[in-house]
Amino acid sequence: MSMLETLLGTFQTGSGFWNPIVWIIVAALVFLITYILRGFGNKKYKKGTEQVKSFLSGNPEYEKEKMHVKGSNLFWGFTESLKWIFDILHKMHTGNISDYVLWFVIVMAVLFLLVGLM
Amino acid sequence: MIFNIPFIAVTALVLIGLYTVIFRRNLIKMVIGITIIQSGVNLFLITLGYRENSVAPIFTSLPPGTIVPEGMSFPVPQALTLTSIVIGVAVLALMLSLIIHIYRHYGTLDSKEIGGNEE
Amino acid sequence: MNIIDFLLQHSPALIVAIPLLGAFLTPLISRINNKARNIFVILILGLTTSIVFLLANDVFAGNIHTYVFGSQDLALPIVRILFEVDAMSAFMAIIGSILALVAVIYSWAFIKENTGLDKFYTLILLTTAGMFGMVLTGDMFNLFVFLEITSIASCALIAFWTNKGKSVEAGFKYIVISSIGALFLLFAIALLYGQYNALNIATLANAIQFSFLDKIALVLLIAAFAMKAGIVPMHMWLPDAYSKAPASVTIVLVGATQASLYGVFRVCFTLYGNTINLSPASIGWIIVLLGLITMLLGVAMALIQSDFKRLIAFSAVAEIGFMFLGIGAGLTVLGNAEMMAAIGIPAMSGGVFHIMNDALDIGLLFLVAGAIYYATRETSLDKLGGLARNMKYTTVFFIIGLFAVSGIPPMNGFASKLLIYESTFQLNPILSIVAILSSIMLLAVFVKVFHSVFLGPSLPKFKEVKEVPKSMLIAMGIIASIIIVFGLFPELIINNIVEPAVSALVNYGDYIREVIPTFTGGI
Repeated sequence: MSMLETLLGTFQTGSGFWNPIVWIIVAALVFLITYILRGFGNKKYKKGTEQVKSFLSGNPEYEKEKMHVKGSNLFWGFTESLKWIFDILHKMHTGNISDYVLWFVIVMAVLFLLVGLM
Repeated sequence: MIFNIPFIAVTALVLIGLYTVIFRRNLIKMVIGITIIQSGVNLFLITLGYRENSVAPIFTSLPPGTIVPEGMSFPVPQALTLTSIVIGVAVLALMLSLIIHIYRHYGTLDSKEIGGNEE
Repeated sequence: MNIIDFLLQHSPALIVAIPLLGAFLTPLISRINNKARNIFVILILGLTTSIVFLLANDVFAGNIHTYVFGSQDLALPIVRILFEVDAMSAFMAIIGSILALVAVIYSWAFIKENTGLDKFYTLILLTTAGMFGMVLTGDMFNLFVFLEITSIASCALIAFWTNKGKSVEAGFKYIVISSIGALFLLFAIALLYGQYNALNIATLANAIQFSFLDKIALVLLIAAFAMKAGIVPMHMWLPDAYSKAPASVTIVLVGATQASLYGVFRVCFTLYGNTINLSPASIGWIIVLLGLITMLLGVAMALIQSDFKRLIAFSAVAEIGFMFLGIGAGLTVLGNAEMMAAIGIPAMSGGVFHIMNDALDIGLLFLVAGAIYYATRETSLDKLGGLARNMKYTTVFFIIGLFAVSGIPPMNGFASKLLIYESTFQLNPILSIVAILSSIMLLAVFVKVFHSVFLGPSLPKFKEVKEVPKSMLIAMGIIASIIIVFGLFPELIINNIVEPAVSALVNYGDYIREVIPTFTGGI
């Protein structure tokens, strides 16, 4: 087997396969098709009119600097609906070193029960 | 029963040390707790190497009539303990120096007040 | 005898000795000037890396190297320290050497303005030497000593910015956790020594009976190493330490954490390899369970973080879960040749390959976070924004890291995660469902970072921000190019590097037979 074939070889995962080179070629083709489709779009719009302004449900548009969505506002809905889980997790991370050691002792005790006594 | 006393002492030392680290809030006391655990482990190592009625394993100054090597206690655990003590001193010094810095920044040694505002 | 053979024969000792010697020469060299010191440290690590590759090349061909310090007479017990290098050790040494080399290249510009840099480089070299010692040694007590060397040196590095209270506090937490973990490790070693009068891993593995005391020792070893590796719920020191340390230290810490991970696998597969199936509660399933909890909790916590480095640290916790899942799945079927070939080998290949991928991906992301900090002096996601306009190369590196860490093809993370998904699905479908879920959430986490740091309008306070210096770009470029190569040619890497490491873990008998020729167990 030549070096090139080794490099391009399909990687067998036991029950499936994976070939990055083929994946990249397909991805490139998809991009090309998307680009061609984009070319069919409507180019007739009037610059400098209402048509190029963004529409925010009728609200006035702020300055660009104020429009940036901050990091902690992202996924707000997800974190809000699962608030009870995140509250528990938050309480677990006390930042107190004694609690860290306590967790170590708890894990050790559980492992003792599972391995030693069973 | 009498030979089990060192092992009981080891367990007691380790448990006391863990209790101190977990339930004491003063950082210095937590460091003392770690040192107690360390003493427990060192005692355990030394106890493992002891043989009944044995002498210290120093070849050049053995008492006359010692059976070599059965009359001596095991030298290896003592070497291990020495290494462990040296490492322990280094860790202790590092922890205390960090505590000095922590006290300068926070003005307190209460572990709850120092780490309490983690997210 | 030519020089290559000589180097190869003494390589296990040299890999530890050269950084150790370099560490103590660094303060002397820095008397000349700072540039000479930086070049010296890079040269030392470059030399070590090339010896690691030389040794790894030979070990992957199937030769296990042993190196004896002390008496060569094998009949005398414990009057020697043995270094034993099999493919798994060599694999971990490669990871450690790449990370350390990248870290010092990155530090050149990143940490230039700080004082006390001779001590900084000394400590980096000491941590690296300890890390190499941990993965190369064949002796339990030696493992403990190197673990302590690594912990002490890296603790001082975490607290390097002593002008910040949080850094010192993180350093204190790290040293308390490490010393308690190491003491319980020593306790376990003493338990094993007391029963079998041996400290050598191979000798112990040959003699081990799985008595009640052995069970206690196993629990202590797993718990102590897992804590040092950052397994949930003992992971809490990890985000503190990773996020408060300088970025170039964090990447070395990733290597040190993975050396502890190696400890778990060495104990489970080699030390207890012959007897682990005698345990009524399957150790493999316990490790898989710990892995699942680690993945879920890691990503859940990462999602709600608002600090850049802390967020990456929690995703690093999640990534460790993947390795535990993959390799634990292999451990559940250890000893069953049929299941091993069908499920165990692919799962463990995924897990072992993921160790390397995680080191590279998480390392790259930490370096990007360090670059952002260097340019803006800011790590809060709420205050950053629009930086793609100012820092083009860093943005590209971040995108590569984002794709790699969340397992998006064609990056390297995908290949290893695919292996884990497919093989654990055959073991139990729930495992792979949880794994895929956490992978998706990891993508969500990093899309959030990408949006809030790099996208958006250019903020007025970051108008003056420039691209970071060349040495930092080179360091990120090295890791990014390795990621891309691994992603494009996964088969090459799996066949030549990962498979030998996996078979070294599975065929633990070879490791033991190298010291005890009469050992009969192992597949």
